[in-house]
Amino acid sequence: MKLLIIMLSSILVNNFVLSRFLGICPFLGVSKKVETALGMGLAVTFVMGLASVMTFLVQYYLLVPLGIPYMQTIAFILVIAGLVQFVEMVLKKTSPTLYQALGVYLPLITTNCAVLGVAILNIQSGYNLIETLVNGVGGALGFTLAIVLFAGVRERLETSIIPKSFEGFPIALITASLLSIAFLGFSGLL
Amino acid sequence: MSLWKDFTNGLVNENPTFRLVLGTCPTLAVTTAVTNGLGMGVAAMAVLIGSNLIISLINKIVPSEVRIPIYVVVIATFTTLVQMMIQAFSPALDKALGIFIPLIVVNCIILARAESFASKNPPLNSIMDGIGMGLGFTGALVIMSTVREILGAGTFMGISLFGAGFEPALIAILPPGGFLVFGFAIAAVNKLTSAKKA
Repeated sequence: MKLLIIMLSSILVNNFVLSRFLGICPFLGVSKKVETALGMGLAVTFVMGLASVMTFLVQYYLLVPLGIPYMQTIAFILVIAGLVQFVEMVLKKTSPTLYQALGVYLPLITTNCAVLGVAILNIQSGYNLIETLVNGVGGALGFTLAIVLFAGVRERLETSIIPKSFEGFPIALITASLLSIAFLGFSGLL
Repeated sequence: MSLWKDFTNGLVNENPTFRLVLGTCPTLAVTTAVTNGLGMGVAAMAVLIGSNLIISLINKIVPSEVRIPIYVVVIATFTTLVQMMIQAFSPALDKALGIFIPLIVVNCIILARAESFASKNPPLNSIMDGIGMGLGFTGALVIMSTVREILGAGTFMGISLFGAGFEPALIAILPPGGFLVFGFAIAAVNKLTSAKKA
């Protein structure tokens, strides 16, 4: 039951993009087309699930026993950077089709603050290993949901007439604002 | 003269927030109150100046294949320093900014300046670039948070502006308000700069 609540909370109520403001850069940058948005979402889901587990292990089996939890930020970012590189190499060998589909987005994920953010949030909330994994995957699915919805709206915007000063980022941000209002409606869910 | 140019570049022409649209996560998340915006801006500026200086000093001995991981470690080190100092001197600010202090590491402004400026320029210019970009970022955060705090809470830096009769528009300090104010701010900057050119 608790797992279900964590999952729903990270997908809908505390949506990473629209209510916690994590991962805004790829959200704005890679959301011009639904397909690319979906590719980015899947890549993030993959890395975020793995990163949640890896950083959990690093925190409790390396940093805490050694008494150096203040090294958290440095250790986590290295773990994530290494992980992204590793995933890229494995995919290239084992599944060239998936690699082709995700290719461009994989390196970008290192600087996606949602990945580091979920790792730190997991530790702060005191989750155990299973809860950590559920929160990581749930958060990433929430990210995918938000970016795909957003890309759908932006595809329509392409053909609309927009005041000159609002072209590009401003109209995208206002769209995101409206999407975020819709997601506020979920706040009473849990 | 060129030092001055490096300094002012980040303030207006290439303002990291409004012109380059980098570092959007903290811009949206911490601008619910002016003190938070100011604190975040100063913290990021400290990291930016430190990492710009170190990176411009070590750029000759860093092999270019592994430069990104090395930059990230330098930035993470400064972020940890700043985080510890905020925890020690201002626990309230630490609580308000929360997770966004360690997330300075993945603030794209800092890595972008390391890669595109500090790795190609001498230390003094890099420091000036760090100060200019940092002030540009801080200024943008203060503008955003001023609008949001006044609309959403009717206060400025915690001081009530309109008395008890004012009904604040809560939406401005909720997440949708962040996106909305940011969108209008960029549109306003676009409008002003295009008018200047014409």
